[in-house]
Amino acid sequence: MRYSGFRVIAEALTGHKGWKPAWRDPAPQAAYDYIIVGGGGHGLATAYYLAKEFKQARIAVLEKGWIGGGNVGRNTTIVRSNYLLDGNQPFYEFSMKLWEGLEQDFNYNAMVSQRGIINLFHTDAQRDAYTRRGNAMIMHGADAELLTKDQVRQMYPFLNFDNARFPIKGALAQRRGGTVRHDAVAWGYARGADMRGVDIIQNCEVLGMKIENGRVLGVETSRGFIGAKKVGVAVAGSSSKVMAHAGMRLPIESHVLQAFVSEGLKPLIDGVMTYGAGHFYVSQSDKGGLVFGGDIDGYNSYAQRGNLPVVEDVAEGGMSLMPMIGRARLLRMWGGIMDMSMDGSPIIDKTHIDGLYFNGGWCYGGFKATPASGFAFAHLLAKDTPHSTATAYRFDRFAKGLMIDEKGQGAQPNLH
Amino acid sequence: MIINHPLLGPRDSQEFVYLGDAALIRRPDGMADGALDKFIDYTYLRDNPAGQHRELWYHEQGDRSWLVVTRNTVSHEITAVELARDVARTEGRSK
Repeated sequence: MRYSGFRVIAEALTGHKGWKPAWRDPAPQAAYDYIIVGGGGHGLATAYYLAKEFKQARIAVLEKGWIGGGNVGRNTTIVRSNYLLDGNQPFYEFSMKLWEGLEQDFNYNAMVSQRGIINLFHTDAQRDAYTRRGNAMIMHGADAELLTKDQVRQMYPFLNFDNARFPIKGALAQRRGGTVRHDAVAWGYARGADMRGVDIIQNCEVLGMKIENGRVLGVETSRGFIGAKKVGVAVAGSSSKVMAHAGMRLPIESHVLQAFVSEGLKPLIDGVMTYGAGHFYVSQSDKGGLVFGGDIDGYNSYAQRGNLPVVEDVAEGGMSLMPMIGRARLLRMWGGIMDMSMDGSPIIDKTHIDGLYFNGGWCYGGFKATPASGFAFAHLLAKDTPHSTATAYRFDRFAKGLMIDEKGQGAQPNLH
Repeated sequence: MIINHPLLGPRDSQEFVYLGDAALIRRPDGMADGALDKFIDYTYLRDNPAGQHRELWYHEQGDRSWLVVTRNTVSHEITAVELARDVARTEGRSK
């Protein structure tokens, strides 16, 4: 069923009796051509593009819980393509372009809102670094703009411009950046994939992999064995757990990152703002809550909840940037598990096992990458060659010294 | 989290800096055959278990000792704390 304005009117006149569930709840078949492990944003996008762009069939997505219950529903919904390095920026700009056409493409309202993002700077050196980054963005076809202090003041007059430690001197802006309703991304991809025949199998945890003579034959799950010609793993947060079934160790540590939302407030922040020096970033949701976060907790964790010291640290960051935030009450806070890769960049690659493919290591930047990650992973699964924007995201870059160290800190908590 | 320091008693984890898996104590021999591959493993690959994890914490705002803390990465429960010095010596380092 396609959604449209006409459909809403037609349903309104007939008592809304025609709406159907957005996707089926099928039982797993004995075998598929493609199994995607992980029904998060990246896994669902992979299945969607496999079916739609690469015309593949017999695809299943296996999810241990319910779709959208992991990091795709836990992030702070920011999309942007403001990276510096060659290995990253074309990929994230490709993702940005897919975001721009996403809602028409999968016929679902994902509330893509290009409200703009600014990164504040506080010193001459930081300004120069952001100028360089902006130039790199422009040369890769993205948009970037350096804002003066007065331009920032016009946008957000309430900021603490004369902070003694980090006075605000200006900002790097990307006007095309913004926010997207993250649950709707999972639902839209799930519905789009389901309409094209993909089986989305929830409450189905992968417990093992059947590998013979260096080739993957299928996965053992909590709902029985399912055969597959190709298995793609996209379970960021749990990557090490799932790939251990194939005997692999990864260049990844799992860390917890917390996020916060305040009570609903009147319109205050119309874009997204990052304050790297203070380990704080913030935007305002359409419901009015200030959505903000800071650093990872800084130790290995699979707990999906963080500890109080980081709550204090994030609150201090918020207070030093916009002191009025101290009057807002915190409504909710939660944690998600990040694949912290050793250089801070992701992996989309084949493994040494035939038919087994891996997508992970997204650190805390996976949400903005969702469409391009799905597209590039589907490309790799269907054609066995990496997508042109994702050639650098290889396993062997660590052994070869070809790290994509955007910030040079990776999983090392003491460097954050 | 409270880390029960073997010398100083219970201390807030805020006083510590975290490094990672305690396997980092076992630095490969750089002169041995196949040292390059061993160092790639040592530097980049991790077990990253969900459950019991032995890990290195540095008491930066205390006595600056390195500790090996055994902690559950699912519940954050700490079950053992040893001096990294003792662990390394038991494994035959720095005799």
